[in-house]
Amino acid sequence: MPEVKVLSKRYDVPDAHTLEGYTRTDGWKALKRALNQDPAALRDVVKDSGLRGRGGAGFPTGLKWSFVPQDTGKPVYLVINADEGEPGTFKDRELMERDPFQLIEGILCSAYALNSPRSFIFLRGEYLWSGIRIEEALAEAYAAGYVGDDVMGSGFSHHITLHYGSGAYICGEETALLEALEGRRGQPRLRPPFPAVAGLYACPTVINNVESIAAAGHIIEHGANWWKQWGPERSPGTKLFCVSGEVKRPGNYEYPMGTPARQIIEEACGGMLDGRELKFWAPGGSSTPLLTDEHYDIPMDFDSIAAAGSLMGTGAMMMYSNKTSVIEATLNWIRFYEHESCGKCTPCREGNFWVGQILERILAGRGRPEDIATLDELADNIFGRSFCALADGATSSVKSGIKYFRDEYEYVIANGRLPDHIEPHAGVITDNAQTDRPPMHAGVGHV
Amino acid sequence: MSEPQKLIPITIDGQALEVEPGTLVIRAAEQIGVTIPRFCDHPLLDPVAACRQCLVDVEGARKPVAACSEAVRPDMVIRTQETSDLAREYQESQMELLLVNHPLDCPQCDKGGECPLQDQAMKVGPGESRMYEKKRVFTKAMPINAQISLDRERCVLCARCTRFSKQISGDPFIELFERGALEQVSIYGDQPYESYFAGNVVQICPVGALTSNSYRFGARPFDIRRVPGIAFHDASGANVRHDVRRGVIQRTLARTNLAVNDAWLDDKNRYGYAFVGHPDRLSEPLVRGETGALSRSSWVHAVDTAAKAINAAVAAGGPSSVAVLSGGRLTDEDAYAVSRFARDVVGTDHVDFRTSPQSDDLDVLPSIAGAHDVTNEIVEAAPVVVVAGLEPHEELPLLFLRLRKAWKQHGQKIVVVGPVLGRLEEIAWQWIPTEIGGEAAALEALARGDVDQLAPITDAMGDGTDLSLAPNVVLAGERLAASPGALAAAKALADARGAGFAWIPRRPGARGAVDAGLLPGSLPGGRPLSEPGPVAEAWSRLPDAPGTDAAGVFAGLLDGSISTVWLIGVDPVADFDDADLARRALEAAGTVIVSDTMPTESVRRADVVFPVTTPPERVGSFTNWEGRRQAWPQAVGAVGQSLQDWDVVGQVARAMRLDAPDAGIPDLGWETANDVRREAAPLMAPTHERGPATRPETDDAIEASAGTETPAEGLAVTYLPILLQGGTMLTGAKELTESAPPDRVWVNPADAAGLVDGGHVTVNGTGGSVDTGVLVTPSVAPGTVMVPRGHRAALAGATHVTIAQAAAPAAGDAEEANA
Repeated sequence: MPEVKVLSKRYDVPDAHTLEGYTRTDGWKALKRALNQDPAALRDVVKDSGLRGRGGAGFPTGLKWSFVPQDTGKPVYLVINADEGEPGTFKDRELMERDPFQLIEGILCSAYALNSPRSFIFLRGEYLWSGIRIEEALAEAYAAGYVGDDVMGSGFSHHITLHYGSGAYICGEETALLEALEGRRGQPRLRPPFPAVAGLYACPTVINNVESIAAAGHIIEHGANWWKQWGPERSPGTKLFCVSGEVKRPGNYEYPMGTPARQIIEEACGGMLDGRELKFWAPGGSSTPLLTDEHYDIPMDFDSIAAAGSLMGTGAMMMYSNKTSVIEATLNWIRFYEHESCGKCTPCREGNFWVGQILERILAGRGRPEDIATLDELADNIFGRSFCALADGATSSVKSGIKYFRDEYEYVIANGRLPDHIEPHAGVITDNAQTDRPPMHAGVGHV
Repeated sequence: MSEPQKLIPITIDGQALEVEPGTLVIRAAEQIGVTIPRFCDHPLLDPVAACRQCLVDVEGARKPVAACSEAVRPDMVIRTQETSDLAREYQESQMELLLVNHPLDCPQCDKGGECPLQDQAMKVGPGESRMYEKKRVFTKAMPINAQISLDRERCVLCARCTRFSKQISGDPFIELFERGALEQVSIYGDQPYESYFAGNVVQICPVGALTSNSYRFGARPFDIRRVPGIAFHDASGANVRHDVRRGVIQRTLARTNLAVNDAWLDDKNRYGYAFVGHPDRLSEPLVRGETGALSRSSWVHAVDTAAKAINAAVAAGGPSSVAVLSGGRLTDEDAYAVSRFARDVVGTDHVDFRTSPQSDDLDVLPSIAGAHDVTNEIVEAAPVVVVAGLEPHEELPLLFLRLRKAWKQHGQKIVVVGPVLGRLEEIAWQWIPTEIGGEAAALEALARGDVDQLAPITDAMGDGTDLSLAPNVVLAGERLAASPGALAAAKALADARGAGFAWIPRRPGARGAVDAGLLPGSLPGGRPLSEPGPVAEAWSRLPDAPGTDAAGVFAGLLDGSISTVWLIGVDPVADFDDADLARRALEAAGTVIVSDTMPTESVRRADVVFPVTTPPERVGSFTNWEGRRQAWPQAVGAVGQSLQDWDVVGQVARAMRLDAPDAGIPDLGWETANDVRREAAPLMAPTHERGPATRPETDDAIEASAGTETPAEGLAVTYLPILLQGGTMLTGAKELTESAPPDRVWVNPADAAGLVDGGHVTVNGTGGSVDTGVLVTPSVAPGTVMVPRGHRAALAGATHVTIAQAAAPAAGDAEEANA
């Protein structure tokens, strides 16, 4: 199936970020439909749709909603995880920049279904354009009566608060996000209690990814079966794939779940850059184990990718060619995790520090033959033993890199240098803006 | 009370057991004697699961399970390092990671030899390192206050210290900063970790990251002797351990006793040990010779001199011309010995242990002698606690921790009555901010329950008849009696509401002194002098008439009706409110005998001086505020020729008997402290014979001189003893006194016009002025100013003062105030 545009249907509408543009292009239909229905029924619709969370873990959204007790006497809070910090991932960013009202409408529909009086958008602090667009959209939506007390005269009230994060990847972890939102140091919390029971300010809380909430709006408008027309049984719907790396046209492309990777790359991105062949790729961001050209034809859905030994993650496909060293790429990622580790638990804090040091030493030509085994064991000692999933993700590229490219490690350790066909920093592409779309920040005049 | 919950069956290492619901796996394992290695886990702190050292294998679990944070589930099958290679491998892997950035400088680290990291690394560590890389480097030994140094390289970031400061003491002035491998414990800028409980973080640090400057490089765990002791700086009865090397206390640590001090200790009790071996200690008896100067003497000569002086005074003016004052610092044995000595040997009832005597005490205090019904655990469980005349954070810090624990764990409703709220501001539920002296009226209103505004409190307290609830408690500080009628009103409130009542003194021996009868008209067990009961048989004689309190003693010294006074562990010039009166009284006295440890001003004014021991230099026991009697063994040898107080008293009694064989002086027959203990125990045991002290028929005890009405101008002054301010028992504790919070008065924002919070002020009274700092805080009532008690003398005890912003900070003032 070719590219389908559901979430990205307004990406080419220049004024979709204004209330006028959004309303003109069929905006607010989902909300109008939702407000006439029973909230519990809406929750069932989302559950029936099989929508799986788009933030990385793929947990069924409707199931998550069903964990929230509705009778505690405390408010239910809806928190939008817009702390998109995973390397390679930029799907939420474009969604918020180009179509902020889509997110707002999704929030309102979800909040109505959850009986939630207030939601918080926890936005990655560096996402300035997204923040400006959302702030402007919220102002317009409040003024027009879509947000606030008595939404569209329905009697339902909902307030939306935008909060800028302070630049910590860990705050994408839902409990660390809640800590930061409450004004504390962003470090993950012990569970139980789970956020559904005692989350933000010890109240029942739902935390969903931007794309999940936007999709929930569409599902509430069109129904569960409509959503299930795309994708396999257990991964229904469409997905924003954000492709980066050594391809001709990187960017966000919306395809049905289950579309082969090769199709996305060849059809939407124009294939790999000239003269380069696919060597390895991460299917869902830097936290997902690497795959190779063997896996080029796998269907991009949760279960198929898992069967291939990796993870769907955020759908951020990072493509690398034979000119790129997997060791360099791994070190680059590990430096990220080392820097972004919150420091709370030992394996993540010390393990990533150590792995980074070993990789640096190998690339500096001072590798030792036992380093490969040490790295491999270290990854095992970190994975599953840390407090949260951040460190699990950090080990992905180490483990899978050694699994598929042990010969490259051995070569570098034995020879003290990279193989001749590798070009240092080949993966860093600066000239890749081959897209017809207007620039991301078109229309944002005052910045 | 909750119903007994069903126990949960689990299996650990093949051993089946049943545990309470909610038990953490690590605690359950302890029940069968399996110690799972851990660093961040501490039974009194909330779990954090940060160090990952306690990973174990749980059947059916997807991942390794952190035993410190996982609660048991029915039929859980747990395998620890004892039976599971997998669990052992988990733990070894985490140990290797913990050591990645640890400097392994054990040979030069104070913690070496008693270090959980070292011990566990030896046990589950890999033995050999495969880490070739550079470790992260920090500046060594960063001071976080004057007492504590932080070595961030050694830190394993278990967050015990930061959790303690947040969860237990509530002064979170240390915190984690940065992230990743650069995460570190630190303080905010140059603001020191200011807490009366800071030393606890040193004790709970599982590595050598936090060390005490006073112990740094001083001793090694393998060459210290660990001797249990009881805290001697306050009435907490905290269980401590003195670590002794070559006869010198190197440090004091908390012992765990959940009924008394949990595992905590305040810094005064932790670091205030230096005076014990200080060069200034009195080490030989002194006698004022013919030249008029005090000079060294033998014990025989000093004892003879004292005995003859007392006998001469009795012969000249009768027994009532002799008085014995003690200061609430004596052990129970000594208090009893002094009580009997005064009554039975001398024949006088002029005894008093109080330094701020109030006539209300004489009615109320004997009635609690021997009581042990309101304990820390009762206070902790109480739904409502009324606090009056007490600022526990300054006066009994461990009681503050207990209240804070109850507030945190079950939302205890703490009601404060009086002009000062102090640190209870954080946790108090209601505050009835009275004027100074207005406490009695407020307490009476609470007892009656007829004031609408107080209805929430009286409703919460109920009448104590609902036996399904834990009893409420009324806590009356020793300062409460200064407010006329308030101590009795507090007791009446407790009785009216079916609540427990506890009197909270500051000094370690105060409660023992009550039990031993060191009050005029009151005998051991709180028996009135007029109804002595078994005391009459145990002793050979009793005074004919009730004596006078300490204020009356001073008056007697000045008017000549009392000629001889023996001061045992008390320095009236420093301890009593009116230093000048004390000086004049001692000046007027015929003979002043002093038993003390340090050269105080009273010592310099004495005719005979006996050097006596400090608590760690002897065996003894203290009765804490709860009425809990706790004994301790001797930790260090006594300085010089110092002896124990009961021994001195006994020797003087023997010498008096030899000097006046026909005066009917009994043979006390004490050879050891245990002899005193055995004699005292039945008499000091709880008894229904206790009752208000017998008063003279015409009670001419001098009432507080505040009766002279001066037109009140400015702010009313309440003097509060500040924990780390003054006192000879802080001699030599350099780092401790340096880590004390700045000296300052507390002023309500309503009275703070023109004052800058944290700025410098001049406090002006009619009799003098003081330059100090100011804290503008809502935790003192409008119209009232809290002035540290150490400034009372400089202000000549002014009841009202004015406060003005000082132009420039006068350097060195704070040090002078502390001196």
